[in-house]
Amino acid sequence: MKIKGYNKRNYTESNSEINYLERLSVIHIKPSTGWVSLKLRELWEYKELLYFLIWRDIKVRYKQTVLGAAWAIIQPFFTMVVFSLFFGKLAKMPSDGIPYPIFSYAALVPWTFFANGLGRASNSLVGSGHLIKKVYFPRLYIPIASVLSGVIDFVLAFIILIGMIFYYGFVPTTNVIWLPFLLLLSFCASLGLSLWLSAMNVQFRDVQYIIPFITQLWLFATPIVYSSSLLPEHWRTFYAINPMVGVVEGFRWALLGTNTAPGPIIIVSSLVSLSLIISGALYFRRIEKTFADVV
Amino acid sequence: MSDNVIHVERISKLYHIGKKQEKYNTLRDSLANALVSPFRRAIKLLHGDATGASELNETIWALKDVSFDIKMGEVVGIIGRNGAGKSTLLKILSRITEPTKGFAEIRGRVGSLLEVGTGFHSELTGRENIFLNGAILGMKRTEIERKFDEIVDFSGVEKFIDTPVKHYSSGMYLRLAFAVAAHLETEILFIDEVLAVGDMEFQKKCLGKMQRIADEGRTVLFVSHNISAVNRLCSRTIWIDSGQLRLNGLTSDVIQHYLSSQLQGCISEIKFQPSSVNNEFQMKFIRIVSKDNEPTSLVDFKDSFKIEIGYELLAPLNGVSVLSRITDLQGNIICTSWDTDTTDWKDRVRKPDRYMSICTFPGSLFKPGRYLVSAGALTDKQLLAYHENILSFEISSANYFLNTGRIGIITPLFKWEVIHNGKNTIN
Repeated sequence: MKIKGYNKRNYTESNSEINYLERLSVIHIKPSTGWVSLKLRELWEYKELLYFLIWRDIKVRYKQTVLGAAWAIIQPFFTMVVFSLFFGKLAKMPSDGIPYPIFSYAALVPWTFFANGLGRASNSLVGSGHLIKKVYFPRLYIPIASVLSGVIDFVLAFIILIGMIFYYGFVPTTNVIWLPFLLLLSFCASLGLSLWLSAMNVQFRDVQYIIPFITQLWLFATPIVYSSSLLPEHWRTFYAINPMVGVVEGFRWALLGTNTAPGPIIIVSSLVSLSLIISGALYFRRIEKTFADVV
Repeated sequence: MSDNVIHVERISKLYHIGKKQEKYNTLRDSLANALVSPFRRAIKLLHGDATGASELNETIWALKDVSFDIKMGEVVGIIGRNGAGKSTLLKILSRITEPTKGFAEIRGRVGSLLEVGTGFHSELTGRENIFLNGAILGMKRTEIERKFDEIVDFSGVEKFIDTPVKHYSSGMYLRLAFAVAAHLETEILFIDEVLAVGDMEFQKKCLGKMQRIADEGRTVLFVSHNISAVNRLCSRTIWIDSGQLRLNGLTSDVIQHYLSSQLQGCISEIKFQPSSVNNEFQMKFIRIVSKDNEPTSLVDFKDSFKIEIGYELLAPLNGVSVLSRITDLQGNIICTSWDTDTTDWKDRVRKPDRYMSICTFPGSLFKPGRYLVSAGALTDKQLLAYHENILSFEISSANYFLNTGRIGIITPLFKWEVIHNGKNTIN
């Protein structure tokens, strides 16, 4: 073999080329079967996209509306007004000795976050069909971004809640440090269920008709217009299988000092949320491969 | 050690294309089925069988055992007819959809442009969309920031960069979208037809950009109908036909074989044997003829052509209508025409005899490309015959003088007038 000067250079160049190839990450494409991993590392790699998706959701949500972000407040606030009139004034619903408006509003703020997140996220995959068909990225981010983008609305509605707390003369206790955890809990509940529903919605558009219906029923299955103290003590823990029970009672406990002490309720609700989000993510990943073909 | 960056081995993809209609004999059966099937589907869903595969029994292999290798720095074209499986292949390699069988290995960061402007949001400004679209295509934020000026400059929409893109003209929109895509800096790039956008000048600019990408030594897989673009850009070309790899070799060779095969496979005439299924109505033939009454499957863009449907009636029938329908290869029904639209046969009894219904299609109407013809007949009471997509023909592009990227399904030449010196004549 003759190795002249220029040949040698070519040789070393192609050698470095091979080294270069070795360093590149390898993507394997093959049919997947059964349950697949969540690919958390990939989620981490694409974290910037999550940021942009949330940012887009927030930017776009109130575009071309007259009242803009005020809608984030109007919705829970006027629901509270209506509830106070009908359930508080007319039906005289017991509210653990707390003025009915703040009693219901403290529950409506996390509830609105949960329900709007659920509504948006469950339709998110179908709404992003054009993306799913044309680009690869972790599909999990679509419902995640939809739920997370509701945090802004939550914060706006929460500011009104703080105002009301002072107006009604409540002094928050140190229990407020639990609020971020409670928000996380309602995020998990909302996302966990959304993962199931959004994935099913791709194949069965029935889901989009079910959601408003579920949300409405769920509102009354959650102690928003009433207090869970209406239930006998030993039933309450069981009741907390509805994860929003833990969230709502937790909010009242942390902010208003109600004594429907959340301990066991929150534990049960957390466990349910956790299993919802894990099972949801696994189910989602499992049928994700069909999205592009079906959506 | 191999220097392949893309290794594809026996990739196959099965699609379920629809559910065969089950026949309901009684209302009771259909009601029972309507009640039971949601549960059946729900059970399937819980098993993760989301396509309900066993229920959908019509399947098609969009790709079958396709294997090839691509070395680093190669620019490879993929050609083939519509529906041949080119886009499916790119979707599999881009991980948008999974193969049914086979596997592939790709070394390096992949950027795929299956469409320009994916994820553009009309309410967001040009600036915001650059970031959003860039992120969706897999660019890092710092990368987008670094290239921002270059992208804006390439797109030529500096002035409107802070205007929501819904106010953009379609040309501006596409230019911005392509500009973002063109600045993807991945080692491997998959491109599907994105060049078919914008005006001629911009297309040239895009091709130039593509050329530079190719010269940079990046690996490119380029799917296109634009044979001349493939010819210019790609050293090697893969021809996919009906889901199978037909030819893989030097671009010039492959293109030559591809073009010469183009006209094969068009069926311009079909004759039917007498059938006993429907006694009153016997379809005899369906054919496509040129304006000179010669059976043909290649029609010049400017020329008219006819579809002739021959049939025999064995019993007198009232209210017979014969139809011809043109469908494009994407499955869009372009038009359906009835022989009773413009004749007085609608209310006349057709006596037992032989008939031919002839439909003339004007020239300068259909875009160059392939079309399918369906034909049939019915009375107001029953379907007599229907032959779906039984013939095919091609409108040639030889005398097509309009922009190939013209949007719209058909390209009729309408009458236009431009009135000059409007001050005096227009109030």
